[in-house]
Amino acid sequence: MLHTINTSPFESPAMEECIRFVQPGDPVLFIENGVYAVQNGNRFSDAIAALQKTSPVYALQPDLDARGISSVDAEVKGIGYDGFVDLVEAHQVNSWL
Amino acid sequence: MDDNVKKIMHVMRRAPHGSIYTYEGLEMILIMAAYEQDLSVAFIGDGVYALKKNQNTDGISMKGFAKTFMALDGYDVEKLYVDRVSLEERGLTEDDLLVDVELLDSAEIGRRMTEQDVVIHH
Amino acid sequence: MRGTALPGFSATILNSEKVKIGILLKEGPYNHQAADTAYKFAEAAIKKGHTVDAVFLYNDGVINATNLTDPPQDDRNIAARWSEMAKEHGVEILACIAASKRRGITDDLMIEGGSITGLGTLTDIAIRNDRLLTFGD
Repeated sequence: MLHTINTSPFESPAMEECIRFVQPGDPVLFIENGVYAVQNGNRFSDAIAALQKTSPVYALQPDLDARGISSVDAEVKGIGYDGFVDLVEAHQVNSWL
Repeated sequence: MDDNVKKIMHVMRRAPHGSIYTYEGLEMILIMAAYEQDLSVAFIGDGVYALKKNQNTDGISMKGFAKTFMALDGYDVEKLYVDRVSLEERGLTEDDLLVDVELLDSAEIGRRMTEQDVVIHH
Repeated sequence: MRGTALPGFSATILNSEKVKIGILLKEGPYNHQAADTAYKFAEAAIKKGHTVDAVFLYNDGVINATNLTDPPQDDRNIAARWSEMAKEHGVEILACIAASKRRGITDDLMIEGGSITGLGTLTDIAIRNDRLLTFGD
């Protein structure tokens, strides 16, 4: 199951809530303001690193670009809308609004 | 199970009244219940406040709808899950809730989520 | 069933499987990015040969499809964009009637290709599609 998170972790508990429920192997995709979570060196970097031990983590590149985020946590993969579609093709979706 | 029966989970994540998401979410659940799908409702984060006893909305000119959650049973929506951590971190216990629910660990709710065809957050 | 990728072959090509997608959009246009993300996602899915069956508008999302939408010329017209997608790709743009009535949205305000319907239709969309994606706040 693909989990998407679209709110900044500084603003909303969505990311922390989502992480509690994600099953090992489930991919997590950050979109919209959610991408602030993966900016390198912020206070959520440890949480992202811990999540990556069991789940692949993606961020929507156009949303990173729009927000001027060029340095993301290691192993976080930037993908476009076409990559988003590929993930949806492969998984059911759980959007943590 | 019939191929045409989908497993649909509604996830209540907001506190009621401050925004319309919980109320319109409940409206959606009630309509979907008439379609004989495999429905469940999970209460996570501030969503657990929707089930709090003793809500009185008389003073804020809004319709109280907490009791409608009690009626879900009558619509054959019997799978009500509450995230134990969300309840505890808000200083609440099962006794504070209006409805009989299954109190579950996050991992167990997460496991049930992955079994769904559709998950809708409100 | 998804196949196994062979060395030297693109996994996406080998495994590509077309899916039918429904979209639930829960926020109004401009106020929140949800309408834009939903549109860009739908556009990319259609380009890849997937079917986007319907966009169901709920909560303030119902404001997405009014023909009174008139943004400044240098900005995207979100309502017109949905209308184009409906006409060109057969995507149903459907606003929930209960949510619409609350917000003053009526049939005669709907964009071309859009219509007002009940939550039962959303249930049908959930049943008949392989995926239902939610965009909102």
